[in-house]
Amino acid sequence: MLVDQIKEYLESSRSADFESIEIVRGDLIGRVKVDKLVELCRYLKNDRDLEFNFLSMITAVDYLRTRAKRFEVVYSLFSIIHHHRITLKLAVNETEQVPSLTPLWDSANCQEREVFDMFGVVFSGHPNLKRILMDDDWVGYPQRKDFPLTYETPEFSHNRDKIDLANRTPREGEN
Amino acid sequence: MSAKVMTLNVGPQHPATHGVLRVQIDLDGETILRAEPIIGYLHTGIEKNMEAKTYTQAITMTDRMDYLAPMSNNLVYVLAVEKLMGVEVPLKAQYIRVLLTELTRINSHLVWLGTHATDIGAMTMLLYCFREREKILQIYEFVSGVRMMSSYFRIGGLAMDVPGGFDKRVKEILDTFPSRFDEYEGLLTENKIWKNRTIGIGKISAVEAIKSGLSGPLLRASGVNWDIRKSNPYSSYDKFEFDVPLGQNGDTYDRYKCRVAELRQSLRIVGQALEGMPEGNYITTDRKIAPPPKEEVLKNMEQLIHHFKYWSEGIKPPVGDAYVSIESPKGEIGCYVVSDGSPKPYRVHFRPPSFINISALDKLVKGHMISDLIAIIGTTDIVLGEIDR
Amino acid sequence: MGIEEYVPDGIMLTTLEKAVGWARSSSMWPLGFGLACCAIEMMSTFASRYDLARFGMEVMRASPRQADLMIVAGRLSVKMAPIIKQLHEQMPNPKYVISMGACASCGGIFNNYAIVQGVDRVIPVDIYVPGCPPRPEQLIDGILKLHAKVKQEKLKKNN
Repeated sequence: MLVDQIKEYLESSRSADFESIEIVRGDLIGRVKVDKLVELCRYLKNDRDLEFNFLSMITAVDYLRTRAKRFEVVYSLFSIIHHHRITLKLAVNETEQVPSLTPLWDSANCQEREVFDMFGVVFSGHPNLKRILMDDDWVGYPQRKDFPLTYETPEFSHNRDKIDLANRTPREGEN
Repeated sequence: MSAKVMTLNVGPQHPATHGVLRVQIDLDGETILRAEPIIGYLHTGIEKNMEAKTYTQAITMTDRMDYLAPMSNNLVYVLAVEKLMGVEVPLKAQYIRVLLTELTRINSHLVWLGTHATDIGAMTMLLYCFREREKILQIYEFVSGVRMMSSYFRIGGLAMDVPGGFDKRVKEILDTFPSRFDEYEGLLTENKIWKNRTIGIGKISAVEAIKSGLSGPLLRASGVNWDIRKSNPYSSYDKFEFDVPLGQNGDTYDRYKCRVAELRQSLRIVGQALEGMPEGNYITTDRKIAPPPKEEVLKNMEQLIHHFKYWSEGIKPPVGDAYVSIESPKGEIGCYVVSDGSPKPYRVHFRPPSFINISALDKLVKGHMISDLIAIIGTTDIVLGEIDR
Repeated sequence: MGIEEYVPDGIMLTTLEKAVGWARSSSMWPLGFGLACCAIEMMSTFASRYDLARFGMEVMRASPRQADLMIVAGRLSVKMAPIIKQLHEQMPNPKYVISMGACASCGGIFNNYAIVQGVDRVIPVDIYVPGCPPRPEQLIDGILKLHAKVKQEKLKKNN
């Protein structure tokens, strides 16, 4: 189905689940309400005309201070049979939990663990929500915008007395 | 006497795990009951580091993810930024991109074949495959100056035009490789030991494969006909004619046959790209995206300003986001770029095929023995740099 | 001249240190410790075009107890650092370490929270080979410099 047709179909049948559906640069993007996510995905997976049976990607973006709700979790679903794609976006803040998609797709398991590890977004109903890329006892969520990159200033001969050699940062007053 | 379950650690440092993969297995005798891959030993923070670089500088960081197919990673990132900005890439640049990406596919599959066969015991294949690979690396060095991490693609086209003599070198590859591939097939395809070690090992059905998010040759060996180059063509792939090899049983032998057939199809595409290469520019003429040539900069005030803005600040895509996925040698690789209007990306995420393929290891390995575990890790064709980013 | 005139043919006179240095450098067995992209160039060095077997190093041991050269090829992440320390301690003396590539020598292009800025923060390194990744010829040059270093090592170092 073409992108416009899918948009009309979803607007007529599932408009209660979406906050908005739009077409941007040829892609269909739907903003979904958090509590309606699992049902909507089940419908998208099983509907005869849509059949979005492949979960491509789950990721998150940290919009610190620029949006009302801090995190936006982005899902990308694809249909292997009809070759069309839809992107779903959820807006959550730090304390809200997102329902997990592991009952529908097994590939959600590792990707949700990665989002938890990097951003701290908790997925309710996940069988094994532990850190996956960082050490188990790592403190902090690295890809949040307020976690520093911890860039170490390299020591050359021209700045040896301008940097604090213990932790490789410029000294007070230097840049 | 009750059977005791033994937990064994196939540690991060292991000659057959293709990098730093750790697998924790529960064994009953020698049969595996459960296998859990533990990753993260090569986590590099590439995605966060790219937020500190400009869009063009970030291309160099994408090479280091799937280091066996560096040009694929470059391509997916560059396509995502081009989609975000709405850039039109000239046809000649698209053909060269296709040519180099298919050579990259051959490159990646050769390393896979060499290491997979070595794990199972056929050590000669490693030396043969690396001999072929040297020819391709020489082509990379010819166009970009670097053997592996070329970073040759730029937003809008290529970094520079291909030098004269490129045609001759690619023609040499097209002439010599088919007979070499026949050699490999002669060594392995009808080999009794190879067949014993790979038929029936690591079977997965089409339904389970789709549910687990597998893509690429792993999915096609189970019979699912999905290749992004055919279903959602990018970078002028719709102008090329090639077949997509499919398997039936979804076991290791079928995956081997799929990938070897893909090697031949890639050569076909390279031949078509070389013959049909159009004339034209190697990068877009939009001066806000590509740096202007030096002659114009020295004579024209506006081009001088464009040159200055490009090299000091960088390109500035509009606010928004874009997701593009392409068919890398390992499966579907996707790149999600979010821009906030500044010269540095706000967020870049890569959907790595190996990350999701390895999470299905438990399903592939259940009930097999330890030596089959090694064969199965080899057949999933993982690259740890991509899994951990 | 000197003593050698009175010694029958087929006998050479040398110092113990030179003999031990020559033996140690001629058949150093590397530990297969490829982490990332540099590992692929290391594999190319072991392959047929830039053959490393002519230096006596074709046998790549998987176990650290049987190896005496560790080529750290690739970026060392914070999660992997305790493991490399453990592996280095498991190697018997005399042991040598080559840090291959920019990421192993100084952190490379990844100056962030996840990568140790140089393997020498964790284990002692003998030779640094720069490059991203270093060409096989560069790695062979580094190995030959290590051989030269080992040949003139004093025996007291490891006792």
